[in-house]
Amino acid sequence: MMRVAWLILRKDLTVEVRSMEIVYTTLFFAVSCVLVFAFALVREGRAPEDGAAGILWIAVMFAGNLALGRTFERERQSETLRALLLGPAPRPAVYVGKLLGILALLFGAELLLVPLVALLFQARLLAHPFWLIAILATGTIGFAAVGTLFAAMLIRARSRDVLLPVLLYPVTVPVIIAGVRGTAALLQPELDGGIVRFWVALLVCFDVVFVTLALWTFEPVMTD
Amino acid sequence: MPKWFFPAAIVCGVLFAASPFVVANAPFEADLGLVQKIFYYHMPSAWMFLIASIVCGVASVRFLATGDYRHDRTALAAGELIVLFGLLTLVTGPLWARRSWGTFWIWDARTTASLVSWMIACAYLILRRYGGPGSEKLAAGLALFGMANVPFIYISVNYWRTIHPPTTVVPTLPFSLGFPLWFCVISFLLLFVVLLKLRIRVEEQQARVDALYLALDERS
Repeated sequence: MMRVAWLILRKDLTVEVRSMEIVYTTLFFAVSCVLVFAFALVREGRAPEDGAAGILWIAVMFAGNLALGRTFERERQSETLRALLLGPAPRPAVYVGKLLGILALLFGAELLLVPLVALLFQARLLAHPFWLIAILATGTIGFAAVGTLFAAMLIRARSRDVLLPVLLYPVTVPVIIAGVRGTAALLQPELDGGIVRFWVALLVCFDVVFVTLALWTFEPVMTD
Repeated sequence: MPKWFFPAAIVCGVLFAASPFVVANAPFEADLGLVQKIFYYHMPSAWMFLIASIVCGVASVRFLATGDYRHDRTALAAGELIVLFGLLTLVTGPLWARRSWGTFWIWDARTTASLVSWMIACAYLILRRYGGPGSEKLAAGLALFGMANVPFIYISVNYWRTIHPPTTVVPTLPFSLGFPLWFCVISFLLLFVVLLKLRIRVEEQQARVDALYLALDERS
């Protein structure tokens, strides 16, 4: 199963490297999001308290939404998802391959977003790199796990572009709460390890539950 | 329609017509006064909101597992009732909170979880309405995720703080306050059952009409 997932990931990356369409559009969109928030919220060089945590996560969410939509639109246009599903690969492996592709893209976006947000909002985001990586990784996995399933199942639905955020945002509220609260805890002058550990633990539970559910649901919702 | 339906609907109507009098006769609560009466409608609708969510989630899981459209019709009917009772809960809650907490809305565990589940139910209906053919399976998947989501919201917000009165106050209520409450709970429960049955019935008839049209098309 992991081999199939790896092959799908490699295929997605190869297609993407040739055009770089999703990478460039997603990164540019994420950066413009952060800039818009910086224009709106930073007054005379002073950013609102804890604002950086929220804006980082909003940018990740918006960029993720865009990337999810585009990744599956590409599969739909050339009917390649049907080919993937017809192939002798287990359905959950297709899901995992797609999820890994989205994760690679979002982690790339975060590499760019973290320094940008830290700079524009004068936030000490990089003060605890280990915890920041833990929160970003677990939060992104949770968001992408739900997002990949929803984007895949909406591929046959009408008005899918509008429906993706409509379905995705309410369901990923706990990830955003935990991500934002956890990141905000990192920005405090005195790090409270207990609080950060609680949010990371919650995110890990969320990831486990939602990836399991998605692996189970992918089969019935992708079958006509 | 089953035999119990019309008697149940009539009893439900009578109970609802009588409920304002029952509630008006309940003694005034010392701190909140008249505003406390909202509670007699707020809590039953919140309970129906919860029951509808459970019915929708369980029916969706069964639909995904079996592919039987009877479960799908139940899930759709329950989904609409989540939105209806959720709206009642979310409107009556702030009215009560304004007096009790001094503000319309507080992001505590229970309010946040209710609001988000209500939004997920709205998303569910939007998907069913505008998703086109095949959207019932996708909606069932959404309902499953929505149901799994609530404990997480609850834990995460509870970690901050919570000021919503816990449900443990209910058994401690004196009879004079408890009677109107249970009276309203039974009225709302009957209303829930009647509406659910009615809505499932409409969907069943719709499915039959669709099947007949299909059969007619095949003939001609």
